[in-house]
Amino acid sequence: MKVLVGIKRVLDPQVKARVNGDRTGIDLTNAKMTMNPFCENAVEEAIRLKEAGTAEEVVVLSIGPAKAEETLRNALALGADRAILVHTEDTLEPLALAKVFKAIVADEQPQLILVGKQAIDDDCNQTGQMVSALLDWPQATFASKLEINGDTAKVTREVDGGLESIDVNMPAVVTVDLRLNEPRYASLPNVMKAKRKPLEKKELADLGLDTANRLTTLEVSEPPARDAGIVVETVAELVGKLKNEAKVI
Amino acid sequence: MSVLVIAEHENGTLVGSTLNTISAALAIGGDVDVLVAGNDCQSAAQAAAQAVGVSRVRVADDSTLAGQLAENMADLVVSIASDYSHILAPATTFGKNFMPRASALLDVSQISDISAVISADTFERPIYAGNALAKVQSADNIKLITVRITKFDAAPAAGGSATIEPVTAAADTDKSRYLGLAASESERVELTSAAVVVSGGRGMQSGDNFPMLERVADKLGAAVGASRAAVDAGFVPNDYQVGQTGKVIAPDLYIAVGISGAIQHLAGMKDSKVIVAINKDSEAPIFQVADYGLVADLFDAVPELESEL
Repeated sequence: MKVLVGIKRVLDPQVKARVNGDRTGIDLTNAKMTMNPFCENAVEEAIRLKEAGTAEEVVVLSIGPAKAEETLRNALALGADRAILVHTEDTLEPLALAKVFKAIVADEQPQLILVGKQAIDDDCNQTGQMVSALLDWPQATFASKLEINGDTAKVTREVDGGLESIDVNMPAVVTVDLRLNEPRYASLPNVMKAKRKPLEKKELADLGLDTANRLTTLEVSEPPARDAGIVVETVAELVGKLKNEAKVI
Repeated sequence: MSVLVIAEHENGTLVGSTLNTISAALAIGGDVDVLVAGNDCQSAAQAAAQAVGVSRVRVADDSTLAGQLAENMADLVVSIASDYSHILAPATTFGKNFMPRASALLDVSQISDISAVISADTFERPIYAGNALAKVQSADNIKLITVRITKFDAAPAAGGSATIEPVTAAADTDKSRYLGLAASESERVELTSAAVVVSGGRGMQSGDNFPMLERVADKLGAAVGASRAAVDAGFVPNDYQVGQTGKVIAPDLYIAVGISGAIQHLAGMKDSKVIVAINKDSEAPIFQVADYGLVADLFDAVPELESEL
């Protein structure tokens, strides 16, 4: 089985996002960037499938800026076999990303696609579902457990009401949640080795797809700040404030 | 203009998120229809017809819609999409599952998790875990939208009188099968609809200490939540999780106990009306969003809180 994993380069989740000067987006100048946390879980799961003998090859794909090569090298250091960068400096919407995925899948013919359930920058939570729609494959979103059983896979999904189980035909698209696994760190020797692993670069424009954005961002703003609170000294004072001042209990 | 709201329901009971989504639809304007899709879902359709502002309820009641699998749900939505200018679903795990699939099949860019309606084609949505708000305008003919339910008041559940019409389910794709739901057992109010929520974090040290919070919750008629750290440490099940990757809630009162206030947790609760933080670390970021902060050892403060209530 070949596994294709989609990964995205995003602002490090520990860094506070700040709106840029012309209010068109987030200021990413010199900001620390990293692999989207959910993508780390997707890469980890693919590597575990390979270690278990279920997968023969793990291919990682990123669709984004030239600097996403760093993120792909990181995935190679973690254990992916080879990488594909579809290069564009534009920010694509999930629908456009799904079209690129479909083109790459036509070449690569994977039996399983793993992606994070959402990217922590645009918080869209769309790409995996859209890839699966365009491929006419089954989907399993928000996976916290994945068992491959030949032609089918049993997936445990984290839903609002608890844990849902479904069975999907293979090939399938699975979007992963944080509790699927604990991602490993890359060792230094593996980081060195990753530099020699194959990384293929394609230009988005050469794929001949309609990837035009349908949404226009008119403005990005900071959310209204909460008023400064007060520190209470005792539990009795707290209960008094909640009863008499805030009137919420 | 005509707006379709896709109803969330469980075992024939309409879920509250549907009423919030109806409010978002009414803010867009035009006629509002509700689609109830599932197996044995007539009673949810009856309930949806009572909601104020709904013109028509369309019911797809079919065994192929049991478990509301994404493939069959998306095909159903696509089959009736041409009747509408906007299609809305709650941005819960229900709506997030099939809506992007339907959007891609319709070649539409979905607008996820809207927090406000600016006009019929322009919406506000949080990005970067709510650290910024983006105003986005859609050029698509049909707009597929998921709705952040905490940002829209619930439409009144009674007083409406919509017509109810059947709609044919799409052919079964048979791509996936629903096996079941392991729900966590709780007698308490639902986290997403509770007026008061008491949440515990890593500071709770163990799942064995959560009954302490439950006793406070019982006195307040509150739901119990948790931070991701507490869930990852195995203190409580995943459906307790409040945050960017868990549930996004906005109760009247949120009491954070032993929670440091990581960005991803704040994303799930900072729209609460009143926030209380109890933490022994006075530098914890949770105090920056708290209306009332108490710097104290939670193992002293929580029992005291229980007896003061």
